[in-house]
Amino acid sequence: MNFETAGYSLQPILPELVLVIGAMLLLMLGAYRGQRTTGLVTTLAVVLLVATGALVLMLPAGKLVTFGGSFIVDDFARFLKVLALIGSAVTLVLSAEIMANPTRRMFEYSILVLLSSAGMMLLISAGDLIMLYLGLELMSLALYVVAASNREDAKSNEAGMKYFILGALSSGMLLYGASLIYGFTGTVQFAGIAAAAKDGNIGLVFGLVFLLAGLCFKVSAVPFHMWTPDVYEGAPTPVTAFFASAPKVAGLAIFTRVTLTAFPGIVPQWQQIVVFVAIASMALGSFAAIGQKNIKRLMAYSAIGHIGFALVGLSAGTVEGAQGVIVYISIYVAMTLGAFSVILAMRRNGLHVENISDFAGLSRTNPLLAFFFAMLLFSMAGIPPLAGFFAKFYVFMAAIKAGLFALAVIGVVTSVVGAYYYLAIIKVMYFDEPAPGIDRVRLELRGVLAIAGLFNMLFFIYPAPLVNAATAAAKSLF
Amino acid sequence: MNEIGLGHFLSVAAVLFTLGILGIFLNRKNVIIILMSIELILLAVNINLVSFSIYLNDIVGQVFALLVLTVAAAEAAIGLAVLVVFFRNRGTIAVEDINLMKG
Repeated sequence: MNFETAGYSLQPILPELVLVIGAMLLLMLGAYRGQRTTGLVTTLAVVLLVATGALVLMLPAGKLVTFGGSFIVDDFARFLKVLALIGSAVTLVLSAEIMANPTRRMFEYSILVLLSSAGMMLLISAGDLIMLYLGLELMSLALYVVAASNREDAKSNEAGMKYFILGALSSGMLLYGASLIYGFTGTVQFAGIAAAAKDGNIGLVFGLVFLLAGLCFKVSAVPFHMWTPDVYEGAPTPVTAFFASAPKVAGLAIFTRVTLTAFPGIVPQWQQIVVFVAIASMALGSFAAIGQKNIKRLMAYSAIGHIGFALVGLSAGTVEGAQGVIVYISIYVAMTLGAFSVILAMRRNGLHVENISDFAGLSRTNPLLAFFFAMLLFSMAGIPPLAGFFAKFYVFMAAIKAGLFALAVIGVVTSVVGAYYYLAIIKVMYFDEPAPGIDRVRLELRGVLAIAGLFNMLFFIYPAPLVNAATAAAKSLF
Repeated sequence: MNEIGLGHFLSVAAVLFTLGILGIFLNRKNVIIILMSIELILLAVNINLVSFSIYLNDIVGQVFALLVLTVAAAEAAIGLAVLVVFFRNRGTIAVEDINLMKG
């Protein structure tokens, strides 16, 4: 039998194959040559991620489908895969020096990031419930391990433990939902589910609720956010930067794909859920962050809030909404990676400091770092003309066009509340008495910060490439 | 005689699933019990998938169940590994001792 003609062409999945085979080879290299290869393995891992991204872009244009509809490569998948790969590669660059430190060298970290990225790519391209589950687990299993990767640190172990327990619970709920959807529609393919799910059959809606609960956990949306602050605080900082970027892209991608391609016939049913989740996430993200003292914990609440804003776009259920989600998550990744490069740069005498009070007077001891961080925080707060403003603009416009006025108003109000704690950090940096100066900032951190910061500040001059790509990606879902 | 049908299988699965969820939230003693509860949830899903598969006369459900079994094994392995690391550091696996960070 010919694989090509039977709908099992391997071409669409080529980037993933290259990525996993490369990861296996690097694992062999590390296993046989020992921990002294850590630096080499990390460098090769970054090269591999870049090569995978290039392969994704080199696939033939249009919609490619393989494995009988289980695996879909469309413009949506291409865009978000590249974004997730950028997130993974940049976090590897950010963590290279720490993971190569002689006291805690660990080449496995890069391998786990690679495998997790492979899971994300499968997840983004998933065309049925089985691929969704397998991609999600491949991503999550690696994430559980990296959260606990600092074996000597009790907090890191605890973060891994909590993440594992709640993650496994959420996978269980997602699977239960998937089994009900399979039972009530008779198929696991998103296209088939869309054809069968025309009316709000109670069993199907029940399954949908469980499925969305599992997905909400993965993107850390309220009410399934409880793991986020603890895991962000406990995990080593480079790992936190990873958690905050690439897996969120993959999670939102599959959230969007499932709701828009598998359940377009029962929009009112899932719209209520997404609206509720969006409002709750935005509110919690704004209010709970106010009292935080630890910057990583604060970033966790900030991430919850940002996911809420992105879901505002999704709840519109239109092309504009999907476009808003894609623009939002792209800008969010840039802001987060920039912010984490600042957090990673905050070291005194070689030790990381994580309290907000440690940023005191940073404008005098390191003015450029303080300026860039302030711009990123303004952008997160959504102040024009920075990129974060446009991100919020697109999702709120989509919500208003879809008639969700209350949702848009609540979103704007919570974003004002959220601005308070971002501005509080800027106040600490610019007006408080200086804390002792920080160590020299490493070159790669400066590079990432400069790119992310300039992207945020100059996005308004030439937004067309990103917005057009996002529009094309969103259209490919409908 | 009443025949045992799809509804019975789904009820068993629903009961097992609920027991698993309750096991995670009500258990205050031991992390191992949580791992057992997670297995219970996944097995409830498998009962669902297999009974739907028979009912619909469609093989995909059984394929899905096999894949779930495989992933569940990997998940248990990682859970136990994290548990061992945690125990080495803290000398305990009681649920109430997982409390270094509070939100």
